[in-house]
Amino acid sequence: MAVIESSTQDYLRTKKLPHIWCPGCGNGIVTAALIRAIERADYDQSDVVIVSGIGCSSRAAGYLNFNTLHTTHGRALAFATGLKMARPELKLFVIMGDGDCSAIGGNHFIHSARRNLDLNAVVVNNHIYGMTGGQHSPLTPTGKKATTAPGGTLEREFNLLDLAKGAGATFGARGTAAQPRQLEQLIARGANHKGFSVIEALSPCPIAYGRKNKLGGAVDMLRDMKDSSISVERAAGMEEADLKDKKITGVIYNYDVPEYAEVYYRSIGKD
Amino acid sequence: MPETKPVLMQGNEACAEGAISAGVRFYAGYPITPSTEIAERMAARLPGLGGVFIQMEDEIASMAAVIGASIGGKRTLTATSGPGFSLKQENIGYAVMAEIPCVIVNVQRMGPSTGVPTAPSQGDVMQARWGTHGDHPIIVFSPASVYETYYLTIAAVNLSQKLRQPVILLLDEVIGHMREKVFIPEDSKLMVEKASDKVPADYKPYDEKGLTPLVPFGFGHYYHVTGLFHDQYGFPTGDPLQVERAQDRIHAKLDKYRDEVVLTNYIGHKEPRVVIVTYGCTVRSARAVIKKAYWQNRQPAGLLSLQTLWPFPAKEIETLAKQADVILVPEMNMGQIVGEVERHVKGEAEVIPINRYDGEMISPDQISEKMGRWLS
Repeated sequence: MAVIESSTQDYLRTKKLPHIWCPGCGNGIVTAALIRAIERADYDQSDVVIVSGIGCSSRAAGYLNFNTLHTTHGRALAFATGLKMARPELKLFVIMGDGDCSAIGGNHFIHSARRNLDLNAVVVNNHIYGMTGGQHSPLTPTGKKATTAPGGTLEREFNLLDLAKGAGATFGARGTAAQPRQLEQLIARGANHKGFSVIEALSPCPIAYGRKNKLGGAVDMLRDMKDSSISVERAAGMEEADLKDKKITGVIYNYDVPEYAEVYYRSIGKD
Repeated sequence: MPETKPVLMQGNEACAEGAISAGVRFYAGYPITPSTEIAERMAARLPGLGGVFIQMEDEIASMAAVIGASIGGKRTLTATSGPGFSLKQENIGYAVMAEIPCVIVNVQRMGPSTGVPTAPSQGDVMQARWGTHGDHPIIVFSPASVYETYYLTIAAVNLSQKLRQPVILLLDEVIGHMREKVFIPEDSKLMVEKASDKVPADYKPYDEKGLTPLVPFGFGHYYHVTGLFHDQYGFPTGDPLQVERAQDRIHAKLDKYRDEVVLTNYIGHKEPRVVIVTYGCTVRSARAVIKKAYWQNRQPAGLLSLQTLWPFPAKEIETLAKQADVILVPEMNMGQIVGEVERHVKGEAEVIPINRYDGEMISPDQISEKMGRWLS
């Protein structure tokens, strides 16, 4: 097995460990990918801000040794908007879960996409509300079981990146916890993108989601995640029917649109 | 302090100007009647001062953005009205818990719900105190004139910074939309009270020993900000001892600085038999009553106007109760502050509520009719 070279530890508040996450949770993998992406970007530690909402993945903020802001449920992007407009030189990474981002925080998500502030949204999508014990979210696939959908959810799910694109997002990428190297690269590319970027990180929740849906343990879930994902480059040459059950990974879209803080400060003569 | 010639200004505009004089350079808001003029004034003024105006997608986001900008080191303000104030409550609680300074203006309109959007009311007194969940300290000011709005906004911004505590300005529609003469000082820098900038290397944003200034993000202090109960560095804790201590500490701030926080104004007889206790636009009707009863007729009457509603001016009321036989409490609601008055009068005087809740102001006649009985 390849060992990932990293000084991840330097950016962890090791005294705050062990973390609260369950065995087999993907949050640690995503968090480590985020740290390495920040490392790659070579920012000053004191310029990096981690903003998060409420939920399992949002607890990552407490473990990361940067300026960290753990906000209210769904509101991370709205807090981040205020901070970024006030201090555009800071580098903001916004960690949210699927319910946090797309349900209670849906309004802030689409308007962040529209506004195009330079915020990097890392959405950890485990298809479930984990912290409250496994209720269905807008990203739970139709038919999957949850404590609030004992017979399987009848609702349709969002395609998060399509939602963001429709709202005007200028960078959208998808990775998985099963492919941490790629995920790290995607977050790093999102960080380099000048504007609002969304990185959807598919992540296993074996306890609250996997068990209910008989998806096996963490390793099984990661393997399935890997098998069902396909890179955007490979998918380009395939028929739509063959992609039906596939998750397309990589940079899905990337547009060059003026970034809002720059536009604003230029307009007031302070760029 | 150097003052310019008087200008005619609306309460809402005076609020915006007060904020600017106090150094507010970040405003996030959402349009709502009858507070919109504050946002409009900020949108016109802030860009020219290098500040940020942003219209957010909703009231919740406006409150969140203001807190985010405060953590970035800006002095911030947001304004709203009834329904929007309801939506802001969750993040007001966050600002209390995380001790992030900010000022929230609620230009009260008649509720509940959408109510009568353009009619005045003083129905949000208890919501301003208890709108967000959990035991929490809060500071609430209620100005009675355009001039007072200007100065109380400045006081709100400075106190908010000093105590790291959200401050609510409870205007009412009458004060917000009324035009009056105001003097705006020329050098607005005079109005900005700077917090101490001495920060120890081992910076504890939630130092148990007392108030520490909030060092904004980006200066190498890697503390944590959360709405969870937290330790001195901001990290979550569920330890009963630490939780209790933190709860005591955020409440003690207001007790310690009570004299700066609790503002009232008494006019009238030195040994009054009848006192009117009120706030906001109702002070104006009460003043007309006292003008006649005391200044013209020398009757033993007085008026205690409350600029600060919360923390409640308990000491002032206790003192009054020892002197007066009767305390009249007119307010444009079904009786909110009157309960608090009764609680501190402790039966030492008769407390009589005077209420109006039809979207119209309480008239001087409505008050003097009740008062006359006790003065004859």
